[in-house]
Amino acid sequence: SLPSVRGTHVESLEKCDMAEGSCLLRKMEISVAEAEKRTGKNAVNMQETYTVYLIETSVTEGHNPVPDSLWRRYSEFELLRNYLLVTYPFIVIPPLPEKRAEFVWHKLSADNMDPDFVERRRIGLENFLLRVASHPVLSSDKIFFLFLTENGWKEAVFETGFLAKSDSRLKALNATFRVKNPDKRFSELKHYSDELQSVTSQLLRVRARVADRLYGVYKVHGNYGRVFSEWSAIEKEMGDGLQSAGHHMDAYAASVDDILEEEEHYADQLKEYLFYAEAVKAVCRKHELLQYELETASQDLASKKQQQEELAAGTVRTFSFKGMTSKLFGQETPEQREAKLKVLEEQIKEGEVTVTEKTLECEEFVKNAWKDIERFKEQKDHDLREALMSYAVMQISMCKKGIQVWTNAKECFSKM
Amino acid sequence: MSGMSADPAQALPAVMSPLSGQMLELDEDDDLEVFSKDMNLMDGSPMNASMPTSPASMINQYKFEEETDAKDIFVTVDNPESHVTALETFITYRVVTKTTRSEFDSCEYEVRRRYQDFLWLKERLEEGHPTLIMHPLPEKFVMKGMVERFNDDFIETRQKALHKFLNRVADHPILSCHEDFKIFLTAQAWELTSHKKQGPGFLSRMGDTVRAVAASVRGVRNRPEEFTAMLEYVDSFGQKMISLDKVTQRIVKEQKEYLGELKEYGPVYTLWSGSEEELVEPLKGVASCIDRCCKATEEQIGHLSENLVPLLHEYVLCTDSVKAVLRRRDNIQAESEAKNDALANRKADREALKDSKDLGFVLGSFLGKKPEEAKQQKEQRLDSEINELKEEVERLEDKVECANNALKGDWLRWQGNMRSDIKAAFVSTAEKNVDYYEKCLAVWESFLTSQTAAHDMESNSGHSS
Repeated sequence: SLPSVRGTHVESLEKCDMAEGSCLLRKMEISVAEAEKRTGKNAVNMQETYTVYLIETSVTEGHNPVPDSLWRRYSEFELLRNYLLVTYPFIVIPPLPEKRAEFVWHKLSADNMDPDFVERRRIGLENFLLRVASHPVLSSDKIFFLFLTENGWKEAVFETGFLAKSDSRLKALNATFRVKNPDKRFSELKHYSDELQSVTSQLLRVRARVADRLYGVYKVHGNYGRVFSEWSAIEKEMGDGLQSAGHHMDAYAASVDDILEEEEHYADQLKEYLFYAEAVKAVCRKHELLQYELETASQDLASKKQQQEELAAGTVRTFSFKGMTSKLFGQETPEQREAKLKVLEEQIKEGEVTVTEKTLECEEFVKNAWKDIERFKEQKDHDLREALMSYAVMQISMCKKGIQVWTNAKECFSKM
Repeated sequence: MSGMSADPAQALPAVMSPLSGQMLELDEDDDLEVFSKDMNLMDGSPMNASMPTSPASMINQYKFEEETDAKDIFVTVDNPESHVTALETFITYRVVTKTTRSEFDSCEYEVRRRYQDFLWLKERLEEGHPTLIMHPLPEKFVMKGMVERFNDDFIETRQKALHKFLNRVADHPILSCHEDFKIFLTAQAWELTSHKKQGPGFLSRMGDTVRAVAASVRGVRNRPEEFTAMLEYVDSFGQKMISLDKVTQRIVKEQKEYLGELKEYGPVYTLWSGSEEELVEPLKGVASCIDRCCKATEEQIGHLSENLVPLLHEYVLCTDSVKAVLRRRDNIQAESEAKNDALANRKADREALKDSKDLGFVLGSFLGKKPEEAKQQKEQRLDSEINELKEEVERLEDKVECANNALKGDWLRWQGNMRSDIKAAFVSTAEKNVDYYEKCLAVWESFLTSQTAAHDMESNSGHSS
């Protein structure tokens, strides 16, 4: 698994203790140890092949670590994540590894069944679990615990009724366009997330192209190996030098496979933050929605109060259908007016409660969300810095290999 | 006799020429090393009084000292200039000669020559020494790609190839003494033109061509094994050169495409740094590393294009040269064989005359000639023809011997040059690649160090952990 992720989690662990409660990772070791192919019948009774992942847990509290394990499909991880998204809208929920291979350079398989893809996905799923388990808030979630330990977790998750609680996309979209006074920090954050998404996808695309080209350069050198070998057969003095130089050329050509495989880990780290950006945007959207609901409630209240005023004063300033009909069909009776005022009063009382509630909800959300966002920012800065440095380490390793191969080749050529 | 085996790639044993003592006296060098490791023109046979004293074979007998010590002529080709006339546009190159050789009136010359002049020189040298191996001239036209004749890269490549060609001639102990070489280096433009016109006339050149074609059609009968081995080797070698040429050009192409993508890669990190706060330094750092690696890659591509690519291409052309030399040798031998055949025929005729079976006399007698007289006449005629042919045969056999010796000697020299050229080019390429990776290594290591240092500073200055 990714060494840098483990490192991250050690740091997260330290931070964990300072936050509310102590996080799950303190008490329990978690890993996604294996992946296996299975076949079975799906919902429409068709045969399908899918992959399952083995989640191993081991409670570290006490003297006897109790190990446990169960198998989960990718779709179950998705279900868990959706549950977390709905249940903790003020948290930047860690992303899952990609569903399908994207940003592939040509030699890398885009097939979901490809063993390399499955392996990288295994690592990504483990990373997801570790991130949740080290989060100050998410780690204490019961459903998460059940997911890790209980085969029948699905019943529990559906019992929470989270599906009903999820916001409709239309509502969220509406809110984005109609909110009047979003919190400035959230607007900026949303803008930042857009930029992060855009730049990381661009980076991943270009990196894949660079990888492709690098592959080409290295592999063509393999032809030197072949020709040198053939040529050495007809030479006396140059034969040995050519033959051994040829071997080094073959080694050079072969070395690119490992180099690029390592780089995929770097790409995965970038991808994680590409997907994290989406999670941040989700939090911003939630804020917009809450803000929008508050604004709507306030507007409603304000208009109701206005109506009350007008009704009490006898003037009709606000347009209402009832008002028009009463104009057309005659004035209403004092009893009717009394009744209307009473209704309005009730509505205003309710409205005020709603506004208070919504205001509180908004403030709570902003407070909690911003706390997590600060935590996320620190994590992001740390992780990405580590990723960039590990990228440099990879480049250094590649250069050292290159130096070695060509130094050896030079020696062989000198002996020709 | 020398232990010359059929394998031309085997080095000749060191042989001290009996004449080298004489050469040492004439030469003022203190260095007494006589053995020339890449040029052994003697085939090792003892001085033979029956060896004809043609200028070429005389020179064959002299051993020259190691060229690096005795190098007394330096030639450079540079400074291409374009000339426009009403009829054509062409390029001339400046040819500068510095020499201490006594055949030259002055010790420094500067002339301008165009490609045609080089071509003329090559033809003259080939005529004079058909079985010596010369380094090839750059091609007349470039087939592949859309290279204009007067594109800068094309001119530079051509100039370097011309420089090498001329230098190889200058380094060659025999070729560099050819009269036309001297004229090429020293004559003014109009002098050269008039000298060119004095060359063998059109008709005599036609005659040579006809003879050559006839000889090649006839084919050689008993080619010595060592020359067949040479041909086989050159064939294989040529194929390898073509392959290597292709591979190397492909590498250049892939490198260029890699560079193209790399150039777009760095800027994305810079773009990213614009939306970050804490990450600005590392992002910009990575961008800068990538940019510097781009520069290193550009240099590497340049080196490959200017060194290995042209060198391999030259050796593709070389194999054609060598094959032509082998063909010419074959033709010389074929000519000699043909003459031998003719001599044999005449001798057979002469024998036949003794038996008086020639019906021609019968015919002659009808025309009033006395049979005895006619027979005598014919005898005399045949005898004189046979004598003439004997001389011819001897001349041609010597010619074959000279040609073979020249080729054998030059073959080793060519092999030596090839080995050192190829070795140098590949060593240089490997060095450049090491250099490239070392540059990139330094770039990334310094980034890592600066990042670690910055991080250490941060953690020391603020956080309580």
